[in-house]
Amino acid sequence: MAEEEVKLFGTWGSPFSRRIEVALKLKGVQYEYIEEDLTNKSPALLNYNPVNKQIPVLVHNGKPVAESFVIMEYIDETWKHNPILPADPYERAMARFWAKYIDEKFWPAAKKTVVAKGEEQKGAIDEIQQQMKNLEGELKEKKFFGGESLGFLDIAANIIIWLVVAQEALGMDQILNEEKLPVLHGWLHRLLDDAVFKECVPPKERHLDFFKVKFGSSIASK
Amino acid sequence: MASGSVADQEGQVMLLGFWFSPFVKRVEWAFKFKGIEYDYVEEDLTNKSTLLLTSNPIHKKVPVLIHNGNPIAESLVIIEYIDETWKQNPILPQDPYDRAMARFWANFIEEKVSEPAREALFSEGEQQEKKVKELKEGMEVVEGEAKAKLNDKTLFFGGGHGVGYVDIVLGWTCNWMETIEEVGGFKVLDPESQPQFHKWMTNFREVPFVKPTLEPKEKLVEFFRMVRKDRLGLVANK
Repeated sequence: MAEEEVKLFGTWGSPFSRRIEVALKLKGVQYEYIEEDLTNKSPALLNYNPVNKQIPVLVHNGKPVAESFVIMEYIDETWKHNPILPADPYERAMARFWAKYIDEKFWPAAKKTVVAKGEEQKGAIDEIQQQMKNLEGELKEKKFFGGESLGFLDIAANIIIWLVVAQEALGMDQILNEEKLPVLHGWLHRLLDDAVFKECVPPKERHLDFFKVKFGSSIASK
Repeated sequence: MASGSVADQEGQVMLLGFWFSPFVKRVEWAFKFKGIEYDYVEEDLTNKSTLLLTSNPIHKKVPVLIHNGNPIAESLVIIEYIDETWKQNPILPQDPYDRAMARFWANFIEEKVSEPAREALFSEGEQQEKKVKELKEGMEVVEGEAKAKLNDKTLFFGGGHGVGYVDIVLGWTCNWMETIEEVGGFKVLDPESQPQFHKWMTNFREVPFVKPTLEPKEKLVEFFRMVRKDRLGLVANK
């Protein structure tokens, strides 16, 4: 059996590096985790990702891979058991389409719902609600986006938790509530109950404190 | 014919597009590279068909591929689908690490070249200056990668096998960048500081399945001049 060396550079509060933790744990891959300080990036990180200088970076037998979705696809292709992406090309395309949607549309809008004010904030909230309805259309009756078990899109959608925690920290009404978004609400609770997934979210209290410190002042001035 | 429901298209390979769209062109290059026949449907930017709106209700944009009645949107998602469905002439490399590198660069190109270029085209003043700066920085990195990977024997990012995923994703620059510069009123291309990239552009333009698809510059400039005027007019009226 070949020597496998797997390292993950991440931060405790990043949804992007937490995604990689989920993927590696789902496949039972042993890895060394390195917590980065983004205000003081390590020479190793800068060496492994000179282009973007960002986490997450996966280093497999000395070779670095960056960008969370790129890393997830690499993990799926390298460790083939417990697949994250479905086998069918069309279903794979759908998972990739919605994952992209989450990072390119949902994430910027989510940030706006927390930092924007007045009309701009209201607009962002309406937008996010619609986006989450769209995601419900993709989830339908399934337990997870991946079916019976977690898949690529469930992992990508982890970022929804960051919005939920931020809203809780700032005393905002939850956009993702059972009344308005019952399907996604149910999914979220199943996700947080999942044995593997629940190890890969930031500790709640610390996460709440983080958001209070980061965004608290913007709420105080409302 | 751009009408009809998605369900009518059983067994067909249909691509909804705009003649002027670099993202649509990418998908066409992917098909042509593999020798796949497809029905092309020209959409109207000002009057999108029911088929387009029902096939891509989320973004309402082209390109959309409809295969066996199933619609797929987003050019990079479509290209990966094409590569997984029609296995001849692979676009992505076989090895997982090489695939990861190709996907990383495709991502980089989209975020640091394609996006800023589009935003520079449709903005002015300070906002445009900011985007042109981002674009220039992106191009510097691309030149660096071209210097590292390309030489007289390896003309394309696809490596020894010729054209590959990164070439197809970057390919729009070989025709549209000059148009964007002229319409937007700025300069990004510079053969002196981007010699390897310019060599790559020259070679890519000559690729047999690419060459006949390239729209004449005057036609693109005229069209995008009109769109830029419209978009800036809309922004000013907000």
